[in-house]
Amino acid sequence: MNTVIFRTIAPLIVSIMLVFSVYVLLRGHNEPGGGFIGGLIAASAIAVLGMADGVDSARRALRFDPLAIAGFGVFIAGLSGLLSLFTGAPFLTGLWFYLEIGRTIVPLSTPMVFDIGVYFVVFGTIAGIALALEDDGRRED
Amino acid sequence: MFQLSTDASIALVAIAPFVAALLAPLLQRIARPFGGWVLALVPASMFLLLLQFVEPVVNGEVIAARIAWIPAFDLDLSFLVDGLSLTFAMTISGIGAFVVLYSGAYLKGHPQLGRFFAFLLAFMGAMLGLVLADNLLALFMFWELTSVTSFLLIGFDHTRQASRRGAIQALVITNIGGMGLLIGAILVHQVTGTWEMSALGDEIRSSVWYGLVLTAFLAAAFTKSAQVPFHFWLPNAMEAPTPVSAFLHSATMVQGGVYLLARTTTWLGGTPSWTLILACFGGATLLWGGLRALQQTDLKQMLAQTTIASLGLSVLLIGLGTKLAIAAMVIYFVAHAFYKAALFMTVGAIDHEAGTRDITLLGGLADKMPVTFIAAALAGLAMIGLPLTLGSFAKEEMYLGLLSWEWDDLVVLVVLIAGNALLAGVAMLIMVKPFLGPLLPTPKSAHEAPIAMLVGPILLGAASIVASLMTDWLGHTILEPGASAILGTPVESHLTLVINPASPLIWLSVLTWLLGYLVYRQASAMRTLMRRLASAMGWTADALFDVAIFALIRFSGAVTRFLHHGRLELYLVTVFAALAIALIVPPLVLNGYDVLLPTADLGVWPGRLGWPGLEIYEWGVIALGLFGLVAVLLSSSRLVAIVALGIQGTTVALIFLLFGAPDLAFTQLMVEILSVVILALVMTRLRLDERDHRQFEDLARDGTLALVCGAGVSLLLMVVLSGQLDTRLSDLFTATSVPIAHGRNIVNVILVDYRGFDTLGEIAVVMGAGIAIMVLLRRRPRPVVQPPAVQQPGEAAP
Repeated sequence: MNTVIFRTIAPLIVSIMLVFSVYVLLRGHNEPGGGFIGGLIAASAIAVLGMADGVDSARRALRFDPLAIAGFGVFIAGLSGLLSLFTGAPFLTGLWFYLEIGRTIVPLSTPMVFDIGVYFVVFGTIAGIALALEDDGRRED
Repeated sequence: MFQLSTDASIALVAIAPFVAALLAPLLQRIARPFGGWVLALVPASMFLLLLQFVEPVVNGEVIAARIAWIPAFDLDLSFLVDGLSLTFAMTISGIGAFVVLYSGAYLKGHPQLGRFFAFLLAFMGAMLGLVLADNLLALFMFWELTSVTSFLLIGFDHTRQASRRGAIQALVITNIGGMGLLIGAILVHQVTGTWEMSALGDEIRSSVWYGLVLTAFLAAAFTKSAQVPFHFWLPNAMEAPTPVSAFLHSATMVQGGVYLLARTTTWLGGTPSWTLILACFGGATLLWGGLRALQQTDLKQMLAQTTIASLGLSVLLIGLGTKLAIAAMVIYFVAHAFYKAALFMTVGAIDHEAGTRDITLLGGLADKMPVTFIAAALAGLAMIGLPLTLGSFAKEEMYLGLLSWEWDDLVVLVVLIAGNALLAGVAMLIMVKPFLGPLLPTPKSAHEAPIAMLVGPILLGAASIVASLMTDWLGHTILEPGASAILGTPVESHLTLVINPASPLIWLSVLTWLLGYLVYRQASAMRTLMRRLASAMGWTADALFDVAIFALIRFSGAVTRFLHHGRLELYLVTVFAALAIALIVPPLVLNGYDVLLPTADLGVWPGRLGWPGLEIYEWGVIALGLFGLVAVLLSSSRLVAIVALGIQGTTVALIFLLFGAPDLAFTQLMVEILSVVILALVMTRLRLDERDHRQFEDLARDGTLALVCGAGVSLLLMVVLSGQLDTRLSDLFTATSVPIAHGRNIVNVILVDYRGFDTLGEIAVVMGAGIAIMVLLRRRPRPVVQPPAVQQPGEAAP
């Protein structure tokens, strides 16, 4: 895996994948995509980075422990559901806010926050597993 | 002064300690070194809050409060303040204030002091909830909460094995009783249709289930209140820091069982079996605890054993159930709570300042610790039951009810006198031996304890005397409401300080004291005797507990090794065999063998054999899939097989894409890629052979399973496709996804909105699985899996 070509283009691939994963995540409500698939793409990106650049470097790039990211995801997903309780609606009722920036109307919603939570859970869990596997494989060699 | 509604203030008493418990670590950090003083305000304010109920309760009112808890099940958090619960609640909060104060000094500088306060306050909240609850399920909940929080308190010093063992033992024993309480509560609800204890009358006593209900409730009370033969957890709970013992074993935890018996007397008690069982167990516990107390040399253990004895005494009195016995029990509860808490605290002070609490190593501390000595003396006098103390009232009341000279009364009287004499003897030992006589050298040079450790014992000791001087007040405010609430009929107090030499009472008391003095003089001889007896017996209930726990550990180890053998291929075979059964059996059972034949609406048989009209690229995809399949089967190395499986999966993704499920295709593709990556990584980690060598038998087994599963999936798909699809749900989603959920991607809208709750559960599972996988990966492989050796029950299996 340590070819020069792979190691050179890997950061490029990884960055494109990460940006793409966010794109897929955000378009998910109307077009194919969503938090789950976005999280998978981002996790693959980290797996690639781990292979190309080393697990330690990938972990440093993440800044947070992958499991903490996953936990954060569950947390904000649950929190997005709690928001509706303040309006008297049942748990997880979708709330929508339309933010106007100039001429653009940006729809923000609790389902979107929820989807971002899903993204983080999938991303954190799969990336954590992949990195742990890569890590162990390397250390024993 | 602010005025709270009754409902709110009663609920506050039970709930506020929990809130305080949450804040305790923070407060302790801010208020150090005065955390104890600040946090003691919580129980103190509970006490003041409860004061407002004294007047109405004395006037015979019963104050009820109710907060809807789970209305769907008709469950309410209902609380009831009557003489009984108020006596208990005020004793708990009053002593709680002193204990919190005391702990601040006793555990000064302990790194986990904040956590300790949190446990202590939560425990107090559970205990207050327990004595105030009217709803049986709320009672059960608080009952279990006391078990859990006392587990945390007893095991507070969790680095010591003895401490962990004591905590686990207390938890196991009291939780067995907790199950009894739950069973009893459910039976009561089944019989009467209500969860409220205040609504119960004679229904239970006249029901055929009475025996079972009685057994269930007695199991709860006897385990909690450490009656023989469940007494052994209490001395082991002495592993807790002394303030905990002072609280748990004076007014709270162990009195929970006594409270339960008192509370259930109106609707469960009064029958011959009730009286007989309670009197026998209570009497046996009284004598056993008294004798065992003499066997000990550790002051704390002596107090623990006398607590067992006192609990036996209370149970015995409740069993007798006469007005006098119940009146005696109420006074005794208060007297015992006061002097026992004071004694535990003085013992803690001795231990803290002198460095030992072995009674044989202590002597002559009176000069060094005069205030502690006064506190111990006051409490000890109350325990002996000398006149002018609360203890004497309790003793005389209990004797008074037994002066009929009937033989059964006589037996009880003899047991009571013997028990009281033993307790008096132990009390003399504890108040005299460490303080008087020649000064013995101690590990630490003894000096007076800090003021926070003296306030409680002195005030509690003095209260025993002061309360007894206010005879009328005592009778009117504590005895009458308490006893009336237990019995459900008015009880009149006739307490008096006047000593009447013509009455046999005073002579029975004198007899008790004389016997107590005899016990005190002969303490060493009796100690030797008891030790010999114990060693002659050879086993104890305590040892039996260990045997049972070890047996349980071995049994669960055997079950685990049978089910969880650690052979991956067998797990997989099991999983896929189950899948095959699940796929094939239901269609066959539901539709018979007809499912194997094409259905009529597919037209003529041979028509199905013709080539389906597919586009050329669709044929290409199918060819790709077949290529992947063949490659998996023929590949010589594992890595190639994994990649070939990826081809297969990608084909499936392509098919999804072609037939209009782009979301599914997208996900399938990513899952495929990641599975190939992860499988390859796992393979390198497992250090398998590069090639997959399988015996023919294994090949046949795995191949058959694979074929059966594949056939099952095909069969299932055919069944699904031949039936009429119910499109109501998908129509609903299609119609509503844009107007109400603002999204055009129905799959995503379903995931994050319509079925968001499911998704929330699923992502939690994903994260849980991630944690589990991480743990497995980080664990260094061990050479051989050892069957768990004989472990202490305190040790968690790794």
